[in-house]
Amino acid sequence: MTSTSIKRRTFLKGSLASSVLGVAIGAGVLTPRMVLAAWPKSAFDAKNVNDTLNALYSTTNTSKSSDIKIKAPDIAENGAVVPITVTTGIKDVESISVLVEKNPQPLTALFTMGSNTEGFVSTRVKMGKTSKLIVNIKAGGKVHTASKEVKVTIGGCGG
Amino acid sequence: MAKKSIRIRAKVKKGVTEVKTLISHPMETGLRKNKKTGKKIPAHFIQEVTCEHNGKKVLGADWGVAISKNPYLSFKFSGGNKGDTIKISWADNKGKSDSAEAKVR
Repeated sequence: MTSTSIKRRTFLKGSLASSVLGVAIGAGVLTPRMVLAAWPKSAFDAKNVNDTLNALYSTTNTSKSSDIKIKAPDIAENGAVVPITVTTGIKDVESISVLVEKNPQPLTALFTMGSNTEGFVSTRVKMGKTSKLIVNIKAGGKVHTASKEVKVTIGGCGG
Repeated sequence: MAKKSIRIRAKVKKGVTEVKTLISHPMETGLRKNKKTGKKIPAHFIQEVTCEHNGKKVLGADWGVAISKNPYLSFKFSGGNKGDTIKISWADNKGKSDSAEAKVR
């Protein structure tokens, strides 16, 4: 057992008291990232699309689907705010991931759907430069994908 | 947090409830620099958002740094009724969190 996992053990024991949590973060024993165990850090840290796919679905084998509609501007004047809407007719959607191909970390958002949630998600993303938006939808053990090119005239990462 | 950070609108139409929500949050990427000092502004962004309908989870969202400042999120689900409770909660990478509830109209 490594020393970090021992610390984790101690942390789990004390996690009932919220003050312990605060102290642990304050002491730098735990970064807040570790507290959110479910957040797929490796997928968000991945630097390219294939690594992201591997981290999320442990495969890069995705099938193109015409049943995924991405609504996003063809030309985004401001890359800091690019409104996107994903609609799909695919049944039993488990999760939807949104990737911006040319961003430093492509994975932007991962939505996990409940059983009666419709295949619809809308949000706003940042895009560093002109890039492809890639949407992956996991349903019935398969990964469906669709993409759309968005031209960015002003970058979103420079502020 | 003293100030409400979440605004929720939920409306039911033909059996489908559409929820729109706005969260106020800086969403720093960690790549931006402070122009005066040249130091990087540390990343500060929402990592997890949970949306519940009458206590049942309908949507979970894991976000990266590339979600825009003051994030907007909209989604739909079936089976909602007027007066149902929608609860949205978020947690960011600095351990802060907030939640808010609204009634479906």
